[in-house]
Amino acid sequence: MARLASVLTMGGMMSVAVVVMVKTMPAAAQGVAPPGATSCSGCHGPGVSDAAVPPLHGRPSEEIVAAMQEYRNGRRPATVMDRVAKGFTDEETRAIASWLSQQP
Amino acid sequence: MSLAFTRRALLKTAAAGAAAAALSRRTAAQASGRVVVVGGGFGGATCARELKRKGLAVTLVEANAVYTACPFSNAVLAGLRPIETQQFNLDAVEKEGIAIIRQRAVRADPQARRVVLEDGSSQDYDRLVLSPGIDIRFDALPGYDEAAAGTMPHAWKAGEQTILLRRQLEAMDDGGTFVMVAPANPFRCPPGPYERASLIAHYFKTHKPRSKLLILDAKDSFSKQRLFQAAWQELYPGMIEWVSLSSGGKVIEVDAKTRTLVTDFGRHTGDVVNVIPPQRAGQIAQAGGAADRTGWCPIDPVTFESRLQPNVHVIGDASIAGGMPKSAFSANAQGKVCAAAVASLLRGEAPAEPKLINTCYSLVAPDYGISVAGVYNPRNGVLTDVEGAGGTSPVSAPPSFRAQEAVYAEAWFQTIAREVYG
Repeated sequence: MARLASVLTMGGMMSVAVVVMVKTMPAAAQGVAPPGATSCSGCHGPGVSDAAVPPLHGRPSEEIVAAMQEYRNGRRPATVMDRVAKGFTDEETRAIASWLSQQP
Repeated sequence: MSLAFTRRALLKTAAAGAAAAALSRRTAAQASGRVVVVGGGFGGATCARELKRKGLAVTLVEANAVYTACPFSNAVLAGLRPIETQQFNLDAVEKEGIAIIRQRAVRADPQARRVVLEDGSSQDYDRLVLSPGIDIRFDALPGYDEAAAGTMPHAWKAGEQTILLRRQLEAMDDGGTFVMVAPANPFRCPPGPYERASLIAHYFKTHKPRSKLLILDAKDSFSKQRLFQAAWQELYPGMIEWVSLSSGGKVIEVDAKTRTLVTDFGRHTGDVVNVIPPQRAGQIAQAGGAADRTGWCPIDPVTFESRLQPNVHVIGDASIAGGMPKSAFSANAQGKVCAAAVASLLRGEAPAEPKLINTCYSLVAPDYGISVAGVYNPRNGVLTDVEGAGGTSPVSAPPSFRAQEAVYAEAWFQTIAREVYG
């Protein structure tokens, strides 16, 4: 339970950060989505600060890369993201994270 | 459907027709970029919005004014949520500038690049995206025709059928038997029958505890099987009996009048009978020549373009998407990838090789969720599971883990509904 609580708290904190980011982000920054990137919003919908699953749009790229690496090597508790993260290489993850960070 | 509703739909059709005519004139000047999407479900509505955001002129053809979503409709059957929470309309899609035609598409002519609608009018396109979902095959299981579905509902297209099956479950006496007929692969929502059995077992346990469930299956294994069966033993001991294909589970004939199910080994009757029959790609895919002998649509895994018809793309349940299951999550992910590919093709560029994710949650009880996930990319012309990724929730996990996945299941539904219809 402690494990889950930590995940949830982290999700909550990041959501607050995202709300701030969204307001300062230029609206036009989009670009072509790298492979895999558009699937994320199926669960990680943008713009809802109290969502159980944290939004990723506008979140710092390096945070997403670090989280995915930790999901892959099992250092970060997960229900499903460990299984998803293993489907992407470091290079693919960096491209996805960079694109997500630029989304409004 | 009420009269007022129909009138409103007609008025909107007239408005959409005018909008579509305006779009035609504009795209004629641009000489390209006209896309017609058929089907306003999770795949089609997603794809239409993505195409529009890429600057293309998009027309969405969808006959139903209200879309009733299948994911979570098993919770409606179990009395855990009202059907209204499953219902969405295309108002937000229309506001985005997409012309909506509230009619059925009856035919496609890929040579002329034209879709014919039920009133005889037609829509020209540069690219056509079909997202018609499934049709029930009323010719596949002897005795199971449309009339039989009024007695033994399939409830595999959410809406009236869901309400009918719910009413039957409510009316059933404690101590009754619910029988489900589960189909062979492939079919919409592979874990769906077993989630349904789980949630109906939950309803029985809490309201009609002497009742039983029997699943007659045309398969020897099913999605998330170990997780479901372990959970049934834990939560609903002795309530659910699953009869596999090799144990005589395949139903070869039904009699709706007596609610009798015939197998090679005997006959079964139930107080409530749910027949989930064989399925195929929706009618327009058949009429447009995009479906093969299996009834489903072979596609190029990079662009979702039909292997059978040029300039026609097929996404969602209707497509043969290799390792990707027929799920709303898959349809949504495919809708976005297909939109990107269509935009590239219309610009004369080579579409990028995609990667797609699917995550399917199932509820075994309101606070007990399980999932299967996968990551897919094209390999040898087929969407293939990326090795080392994906799989199901762990077979052994603490209750907090199951509770968390139940929370994520609900969160997923809210998120995807907002992305597609919000």
